Amino acid sequence: MTLKEVAQTVEAEFLNLEDRADEEVNTACAADLLSDVLAMRGDAALLITGEAAPQVVRVADVMNIRAILYVRGKRPQKKDIIRWATQRGIVLLSTPLPTFEVCGRLYKAGMRCSECPEDEAA
Amino acid sequence: MDRQVFAYSVVSTGSFDDVGVVSTEIKRDLEEAGVEKDTVRRVAVICFEAEMNLALYTERGGNIQVVVEPDRVDIYVEDDGPGIEDVEKAMQPGYSTAPLWVHELGFGAGMGLPNMKENSDIFEIVSELGKGTKIHSVVFRRKEDAA
Amino acid sequence: MRLSDVVERLGLEVLARGNPEREVNWAYTSDLLSDVMAGAQPGDMWLTIQRHMNIVAVAKLRDLTGIVLAKGIKPAQEVVDKAREEGIALMVSDKPLFELCGELYQLLRGRG
Repeated sequence: MTLKEVAQTVEAEFLNLEDRADEEVNTACAADLLSDVLAMRGDAALLITGEAAPQVVRVADVMNIRAILYVRGKRPQKKDIIRWATQRGIVLLSTPLPTFEVCGRLYKAGMRCSECPEDEAA
Repeated sequence: MDRQVFAYSVVSTGSFDDVGVVSTEIKRDLEEAGVEKDTVRRVAVICFEAEMNLALYTERGGNIQVVVEPDRVDIYVEDDGPGIEDVEKAMQPGYSTAPLWVHELGFGAGMGLPNMKENSDIFEIVSELGKGTKIHSVVFRRKEDAA
Repeated sequence: MRLSDVVERLGLEVLARGNPEREVNWAYTSDLLSDVMAGAQPGDMWLTIQRHMNIVAVAKLRDLTGIVLAKGIKPAQEVVDKAREEGIALMVSDKPLFELCGELYQLLRGRG
C-alpha cells in the first residue's frame, strides 16, 4: 500500500515529505524499544512506534527504514530532528491512534510483517 | 582503493539525545566509500549498540575506529569507563544492568552486546574493571545479490 | 472472548494462568510502561516485548487480563513467579508484535 493509504487507514498526518505519499510501503514492524529495532532481521519499510525520542530517526536510518509512524499523537519534539529525517529521506507520520489499533487496521489492509519469514505468508 | 580508516570519537554528554549521531555518520561515510548496503547496515548496527553502551555506562565516552578493507570491515571500540563485571553474563540475551528509566527510553533490553556479536563475523571483547572495555568486531564483506 | 479462547486461537504458551475465564475486552500494545499506565484499559490484554520485572506490577495496577510477550521472549523466572503470585496471566507468542496485533485484532473484531 502507499504511504497515502497508510495515512488514510490510520488517520495519520504527514510531518514531512508529503510529496512521497505515493510511495509503496509493504512491510511493517512495531516496536518501542530501540534495541529491538536494531536487532531486527528483514527489511521493514515502515516502523510503527510510540517512542518519540530523537534516537528513533537514527535507528531508522541505520536500518534502512523509509517511514516512521508515531502513535498516540507522538512526534519528535525538536524541529531539527524532523529536518534531519527529511535530509536522510525518512518520512514521518503521526496518528492519534494507539499501536494495537494501528497494527490491526494495517494488517487487515494487507500490510505484511517485516519480521515474518516470506514463505509463512504465502 | 585498498584500505580506508575512519576515526570517530563518541563524547558522552550525560544525555542520550545524541546517541546514534556517530553511527549515522559512519553509515554515510561507508556508503560514500562504496561499501555494499548489507555490510554498511551490519557495521552501523554494531556501532549504534557501541554508542549506546558508551552513553549508558561511561562518563567520558570513547573512540570508534572503522577500517574498511576490500574483503572486510574492522571495528574497534575503546573506552576507559568502568569496565564490565561479568562479560560472559553481559553476552547473554536479556541480561541487563540498566535501570528502569533507561528501559523507558527504549534502551537496556539486554540485547546490546548479543546483537553486536550477532552482526559480527568475529567478535572479541576485553574488559577490565576500573580500566575500560575494548571491542574488536569484524564484518566480512559479501558481494550483493544482483537485486 | 475468554482468555482461554484467545490462548488457544493464538497458540500462546502459558507461563502463568491468571484467570482463564476472564473476558479479554481489547488489547494494548506498548513496550513503554508509562504508556501502558496512561493508556491501557482494565480488561485489556497487553502485548509487548518488554520483559522487565515491573510488567507484572503494571498489569496488576491497570487490571489487565494478561501479558503476552511477543517474539518468543522468555522472561526471567522471577517475573514468572511474580505473575503466578499476583494471579496475572503471562503468555508467550513466537510471532512478532505487528503480526500478533493483526491476528488478535481480527479475532476480537470478528466476534462482532
